[in-house]
Amino acid sequence: MSLLTLENVTLSFGGLKAVNNVSFHVGKGETFAIVGPNGAGKSTVFNLISRIYNPDCGDIKFANKSILGLRPDQIPFLGIARTFQNIELFEQSTVLQNLLVGRQRHRKSNLITEMFFAPSVRDEERRHRQVVEEVIEFLELQAYRDKFIAGLPYGVRKIVELARALATEPQVLLLDEPASGLSLEETNDMIFWIEDIKKQMGITVLMVEHDMNLVSSVSDRVLALADGKELAIGTPEQVQNHPAVIEAYIGTGKRIVS
Amino acid sequence: MRFVFKRSYDDDIKLFKHRPQFIYYLLLLILLIALPWLIDDFFLGEATNVLIWAIAGMGLMVLTGFTGQVSLGHAAFMALGCYLNVILMQNGVPFIISLPLAAILTGFAGAIIALPVLRLHGIYLAIATLAISILTEDIIVIAKNWTGGVMGLVAEPIEIFGLDIDRYGTPVLFYFVVLFIVLFVLMVVRNLTRAPLGRAFTAIRDSEVSAQALGVNVTKTKATSFAISCAIVGLAGGLLGHYAGAFNHETFNLVFSIQLLLMIVIGGLGSIHGAFFGAIIVGFLPQLIAITRGSISSIFNLGSLPLPGIESAAFAFILIVFILFEPRGIYGLWIKIRTYFELFPFYRKNMFKRQKTYLKTERMK
Ligand SMILES: Nc1ncnc2c1ncn2[C@@H]1O[C@H](COP(=O)(O)OP(=O)(O)OP(=O)(O)O)[C@@H](O)[C@H]1O
Ligand SMILES: [Mg+2]
Repeated sequence: MSLLTLENVTLSFGGLKAVNNVSFHVGKGETFAIVGPNGAGKSTVFNLISRIYNPDCGDIKFANKSILGLRPDQIPFLGIARTFQNIELFEQSTVLQNLLVGRQRHRKSNLITEMFFAPSVRDEERRHRQVVEEVIEFLELQAYRDKFIAGLPYGVRKIVELARALATEPQVLLLDEPASGLSLEETNDMIFWIEDIKKQMGITVLMVEHDMNLVSSVSDRVLALADGKELAIGTPEQVQNHPAVIEAYIGTGKRIVS
Repeated sequence: MRFVFKRSYDDDIKLFKHRPQFIYYLLLLILLIALPWLIDDFFLGEATNVLIWAIAGMGLMVLTGFTGQVSLGHAAFMALGCYLNVILMQNGVPFIISLPLAAILTGFAGAIIALPVLRLHGIYLAIATLAISILTEDIIVIAKNWTGGVMGLVAEPIEIFGLDIDRYGTPVLFYFVVLFIVLFVLMVVRNLTRAPLGRAFTAIRDSEVSAQALGVNVTKTKATSFAISCAIVGLAGGLLGHYAGAFNHETFNLVFSIQLLLMIVIGGLGSIHGAFFGAIIVGFLPQLIAITRGSISSIFNLGSLPLPGIESAAFAFILIVFILFEPRGIYGLWIKIRTYFELFPFYRKNMFKRQKTYLKTERMK
């Protein structure tokens, strides 16, 4: 069953077609990767799904319903969580506080009960904390729980962002370059985690990634983009060996196979 | 150095991190309650003034310190709270209803103004709120049927359960009224900071895109923050009316707005402590200047040289010093001093330096 579908989506920035007539669907439980050279439009696809941008034409559907009528802040309520390529954490807060913001979509209390910190608010806080602690345990962030983001190294920030997305208890997780800037060891951890997220938690993963090792080890299907257009779609192997893909990478002087 | 061993999730939900901390604040509270018996009426009046500033400071802290939205227009909402309270009282509404009602109405006014204004960011937001401040003075003059125009209004004495409370007649009772409201506001603000709404505020301050991607309705949350902020500032305004006794269009002028903002910057943005530290500075600055002015002019034999604007200048000077050397305000300084003593002699100079700052591309904006 298809959970997330893009149908002939196009978006231009001025004269530049950042996304040009792109269609694909991500099935429930599937791990789907988008690859492509710099400026291919990968992050823009994510921003379209997050409703940061409105497509010029085409439709985006979640569970067979168009999401184009929704505001960006309504997207997480569908169960879609994401990370950002440039890391967008709450710098002046601790790791714990960052993850707790991830619980925002499960908030049941209101202004009045929170002003007086009613017992119901306290109970809810405990439940949020429970979920957050499970995520902290899963991603081994215990040592950083009470640390401020502003002082954390890059690799840890990357993991905190993943953790914050998981704290929303999503159905679909959008990961924008989860391994970029990570060491080999950290990348290997990331591979394990993504596999666990898929297999144990049953979360559908859509990711953008340059690291072909990561892509081919975790993803079921891959979409290759260049200049906003689809080059190829299929299994990691099919896409890596597709002539158009090879040409696009040679054209940019970058190799897709590492 | 104290190591806090946490044993349950409640350790992070509780108001006080550890027992000694609870005892410090308890002692502070006892001191505040005993204050009328420790100092004379003049200084009690000054302390009352500081507490009113602290309420206003907490109000603006919600918006600027926690939600990251600058306002140079908060004197306008203090004015609204002040006038509403007195006008309601003139129409026979008792103080215990008029003050909260004035605050709630100020909060609503804030929410209505927030919706268009808070779409702006940074300097544009500052300018728009500045305009509110400037307009308010004119509106007060124009609406003289209600506000008394340039003549202003006189606040009636407060009556609570048959007790007459007046700043000059019964300064101790007035002090306790103000102290009670300080504690109430403190409770509300502190509770919000440990609840989902408070986290949504700081999320917006640190990254709007992220906050949105996690389900925070940015427009609505900013408006909520503005409303809460205005309601609290309205409370402070109402109390200031009674403190000043009489007020007019010039009481809540632009300088007042700027002073409010500078107060929380000097105190320390993003912490409740900052509002109190800032209030102490603002409250005692005039006295301090009067004293130093006296000694300076006697040293240089200047007689009673008038120095217009000296207060603003001193304030600006303190602000610049803080922005240059201690951007996290007095609260930041306090944390450093405390850490120094806790770690003595192991304190390192670069302890509070950020480990890494790296560039973010602006593409996502
Ligand atoms: N807000 C914007 N305004 C104008 N142009 C934009 C905007 N966002 C993206 N673009 C352009 O759209 C194109 C696609 O950008 P996008 O960020 O989607 O690339 P990407 O595939 O994620 O690349 P990378 O691998 O570098 O992250 C680029 O040419 C980029 O300059
Ligand atoms: Mg990108």
